[in-house]
Amino acid sequence: MHDLTPITALGGTNARVETIGAVTCSEVPDVALASVTARLGKESQTRTAVKKIIKADAPDVSRFDGGDVLAFWAGPEQWMLEAPFDSHEDIAARVKSVCKTNASVVEQTDAWARFDISGAEVLAVMELLCNANSRAMDVGACTRSSVHHLGCFVLRRAPEMFSIYGPRASAGSLLHAIITAMHTVA
Amino acid sequence: MNQINRLKGGQIDRTQTLNFTFDGKTYQGHSGDTLASALLANGVRLMGRSFKYHRPRGPLTAGSEEPNAMVELRTGARQEPNTRATTAELFEGLSAQSQNRWPSLKFDAMAINDRFSNFLTAGFYYKTFMWPAAFWEKIYEPIIRKAAGLGSLSMQADPDAYDKGFRHCDLLIIGAGPSGLMAALTAGRAGAEVILADEDFAMGGRLNSETFAIDDASADVWVQASIAELAALPNVRLMPRTTVIGAFDHGIYGALERVSDHLAEPAPGKPRQILWRIYAAKTILAAGATERPIAFENNDRPGIMLASAIRSYANRWAATPAQRVAIFTNNDDGHRTAADLHAAGVKIAAVVDTRTDAPRSHGYEVLQGAQVIDSKGRLGLTFAGVKLADGSMRTLECGALGVSGGWNPNVHMTCHQRGRPTWDDSLAAFVPGGALPPGMTVAGAASGNLSTHGALQTGAQAAKAALGLKGRLPKLPSAEDAPVSQTPFWYVEGCSRAWLDQQNDVTVKDVKLSHQEGFRSVEHLKRYTTLGMATDQGKTSNMGGLAIMAELAGKSIPEVGTTIFRPPYTPTAIGAMAGRIKGMDFHPTRLTPSHYWAKERGAVFVEVGNWLRAQWFPIAGETHWRQSVDREVAATRASVGVCDCTTLGKIDVQGTDAAQFLNKIYCNGFAKLAVGKVRYGLMLREDGIAMDDGTAARLEDDHFVVTTTTANAAKVYQHMEFVRQCLFPDMDVQLISTTEAWAQYAVAGPNSRALLQKIVDPEFDLSNEGFPFMACANINVSGGLRARLFRISFSGEMAFEIAVPARYGDALMRKLMTEGEEFNVVPYGTEALGVMRIEKGHAAGNELNGTTSALNLGMGRMVSKAKDSIGSKLSEREGLNETDALNLVGIKPLDAGDKVTAGGHLMNADGPVDAKHDQGYVTSAAFSPSLGSMIGLGFVKNGSDRVGEKMRLVSPVTDLNVDVEIVSAHFVDPEGGRQRA
Repeated sequence: MHDLTPITALGGTNARVETIGAVTCSEVPDVALASVTARLGKESQTRTAVKKIIKADAPDVSRFDGGDVLAFWAGPEQWMLEAPFDSHEDIAARVKSVCKTNASVVEQTDAWARFDISGAEVLAVMELLCNANSRAMDVGACTRSSVHHLGCFVLRRAPEMFSIYGPRASAGSLLHAIITAMHTVA
Repeated sequence: MNQINRLKGGQIDRTQTLNFTFDGKTYQGHSGDTLASALLANGVRLMGRSFKYHRPRGPLTAGSEEPNAMVELRTGARQEPNTRATTAELFEGLSAQSQNRWPSLKFDAMAINDRFSNFLTAGFYYKTFMWPAAFWEKIYEPIIRKAAGLGSLSMQADPDAYDKGFRHCDLLIIGAGPSGLMAALTAGRAGAEVILADEDFAMGGRLNSETFAIDDASADVWVQASIAELAALPNVRLMPRTTVIGAFDHGIYGALERVSDHLAEPAPGKPRQILWRIYAAKTILAAGATERPIAFENNDRPGIMLASAIRSYANRWAATPAQRVAIFTNNDDGHRTAADLHAAGVKIAAVVDTRTDAPRSHGYEVLQGAQVIDSKGRLGLTFAGVKLADGSMRTLECGALGVSGGWNPNVHMTCHQRGRPTWDDSLAAFVPGGALPPGMTVAGAASGNLSTHGALQTGAQAAKAALGLKGRLPKLPSAEDAPVSQTPFWYVEGCSRAWLDQQNDVTVKDVKLSHQEGFRSVEHLKRYTTLGMATDQGKTSNMGGLAIMAELAGKSIPEVGTTIFRPPYTPTAIGAMAGRIKGMDFHPTRLTPSHYWAKERGAVFVEVGNWLRAQWFPIAGETHWRQSVDREVAATRASVGVCDCTTLGKIDVQGTDAAQFLNKIYCNGFAKLAVGKVRYGLMLREDGIAMDDGTAARLEDDHFVVTTTTANAAKVYQHMEFVRQCLFPDMDVQLISTTEAWAQYAVAGPNSRALLQKIVDPEFDLSNEGFPFMACANINVSGGLRARLFRISFSGEMAFEIAVPARYGDALMRKLMTEGEEFNVVPYGTEALGVMRIEKGHAAGNELNGTTSALNLGMGRMVSKAKDSIGSKLSEREGLNETDALNLVGIKPLDAGDKVTAGGHLMNADGPVDAKHDQGYVTSAAFSPSLGSMIGLGFVKNGSDRVGEKMRLVSPVTDLNVDVEIVSAHFVDPEGGRQRA
């Protein structure tokens, strides 16, 4: 076991949680990510591998699916696989062992910072943040969208809960945008 | 004086009395008042001075089309100029000042301009300030600029926040008058996602200002019931205080919501305004119509207003501009104002109707076939001069005159995408026509249906058509359906100083003069006279100007045409455009994994693109940045230094064709690069010019990690994706950015290996044999953490770059510092990094400046002839291969105390110093602690053959002129022995 202590994208040792009015924003550092992209001509094999890992069909465009390990659509024949960090820190190696040479697998865990936004007024916050039609997104929908000039993934996990994945290095700027929107709505 | 002109009734809340000041004097109004209605209720008609002649002015309208009644609202940093008193909601403590006057509103010294009006006609500035030409910039323009404008800025930063947002809907309805409400009811009941936006704080449109009934009850009852029904529908969103300002491409509309403008200051954390981008599948424009005035001599005195505005003030705000009011009209609508005022107890001096068959009234006198031809009153209307049908004159004593020349549909938004309205002879007005913005239909008065029934009906029809609803129209409430007849009557014959555009002081005479002087296009008229410019954009004036132009040119009004309608519909603050993207939040900031540690160390940061990078790390006793940088360089070269180089772009390239793909991207060969090796690569643009450089590490046969320069990380990734998707779609290659996923540190210096041996797990051999220069490997550090190690050097020293998942970057940096104590390890910043790379002669962004080729950079031979790569063919073109082409060289001053500066140009040791004799230029310069003098990198013609030559480095801009020697670009360790050690 190594002796390096991790910090969150916001620089803390613990995840930051902010509640303003009826909306809560939580930093979610305990998540592991790996991108899976089908190699040319290996699309069906990759879908089969993804299905095996998430125990559900590889999600269609703008969808996510799965359980403990889930996949969300990230591009043509490309998915981002997400799993609990504690049990899946080696997510890339594990996914690669299933996909073999059918897909290109890249560790993305620390490329992103995840914020979960939840509460009764979450839709009002989301529509201040990004041009994704968040009201029309059902649970299971995801999309790429720009938030505060940052390319992000937006997932609707529950009727009153969204996840935003933004670039890790800009987590502070992304949080600033989210907090500002929460104040506007509060 | 306490609300002497307040009437009974209205929609104001009399239980809420609000105190406010105007020009320092305290008044009282009520909740629901606008500043204009409250001032009128208090007997104040004079609210401003005109732009050019400083003539006394009061409100002309009761809405956003107001040209005159503009004030500076609030004080201090929140002071906002040119705010329309007619739309400013009253709040407790509101403070407003009149503008464009000195020393006071009632006595304005600049009103002397009015006496010189014969000189200040259209084109005055163009004619007067032409000569001498040299005077324009220094003398004329500053004076004119000082005199121009209306309100003043506080010159303080706006303390309020603004926000931006995005909304989507099936149907956007612009305007919540009878047609908008009916459309919203129809669409909302059908389950469509509807947004109903209205610029007013009270929805209802004209119905708020009328006394007639809907369904046998007051219109207000129907309005309130409709709003309540809509508010209860989850699929309908009501957006009052929201002006849709423009129709943009793809069904996108801009809408400004005034969240806090009606409050003294925004609640904590709340924005003042939100600029919404509304994505609408369909849109109904129900923006209503604007009444048009009739021009007559001195028609601009305070108290002379649009008849519909006087009716609004009386019915909605229970305020009248005077207790004795006259009406001047050419249509039946003017009579409504007279009837309503009469019913409210206001004395009607007379209704002056241009029509000889005008309807008569039992309550007041109607002068048929008569015209108002002049007015009197120094600071407000006192008398109106009337020419009766028989030619005789009569003077009416009145404090206000309501003028009605008919109604113009508000077609603006239909024209925002270059559509042109069409002329409707029956209305004598422009109506929507031609190509509307896709998805838009128009309903109600905006479409030319000026009766309430017409508005309700077309609103329901438009919603039904927009959504493709089947079946019958919903049952419409019964409402007035009076026939509308508008015959043109633009101005009174014989007038000259009759104001068309009250905001810009443009008269009938000005338009005639413009025509006389040859400005016959409507666009030229606008520019020459300023008709229709400024905050109101001519909403009450353009038609009058067009009509006069048409008459003079012997054309019809549609032949003359309109000027282009452009967004925004009403003035929009720049702050709202910026939203929260301002100050330090103007762009997102990127922090490196060692940022928090570097901050603790007192690092000085520099912005590099969006990144914040440590520039240097001062220690106790250092008072100048050079001391810190020199120390960092010396310590690194003497022992070991660590630099955060996470910001370099990292692109993961995988696939069976990954190596072939890199062969296309880079001008040098990559197909044969062994697994576990790194190679320097140069990318060329299609035109053969260098684009970016970096390294590619082959971790596996089908897996590379490409690095780019910090500045070009996104650009190179974009370029590679373009090449992958568009140029070589048949290649099996996948790309993804991993720049932020890994914390990457350069560990450089003779003790770098010794330091890393304490970090890297012992099973990995870091010896020169086990891990030679340009090696790479997946390793473990610190007891099992996955990491990557590259043996590459930017400094010229023995060096490594070590990468761990970003979350462990902070801990790794701390560990490197702790474990490196025995080697006197130093962190170094971008300045020391820059110094060392110049000492080593590595090209960077300054050299890869978009004009230089591989040949210029001394890498001509790297462009492989054995394969085809992007840019290789065009790098062979003649212009890039001249015999005296620029070559990268080192520059050293002959006198070690002399400066070398980037941007300086190199000249021969003798001969003229001019552009013709230019030999090259310096791109990078720094003080080299290793050499004890400043040094530089630069490009010199045929530089490879001129090493040892003495030249002059000159900069006419900074008076630099020093003797330098051309040397090898590799100042330090030219043989490369250190990095291979």
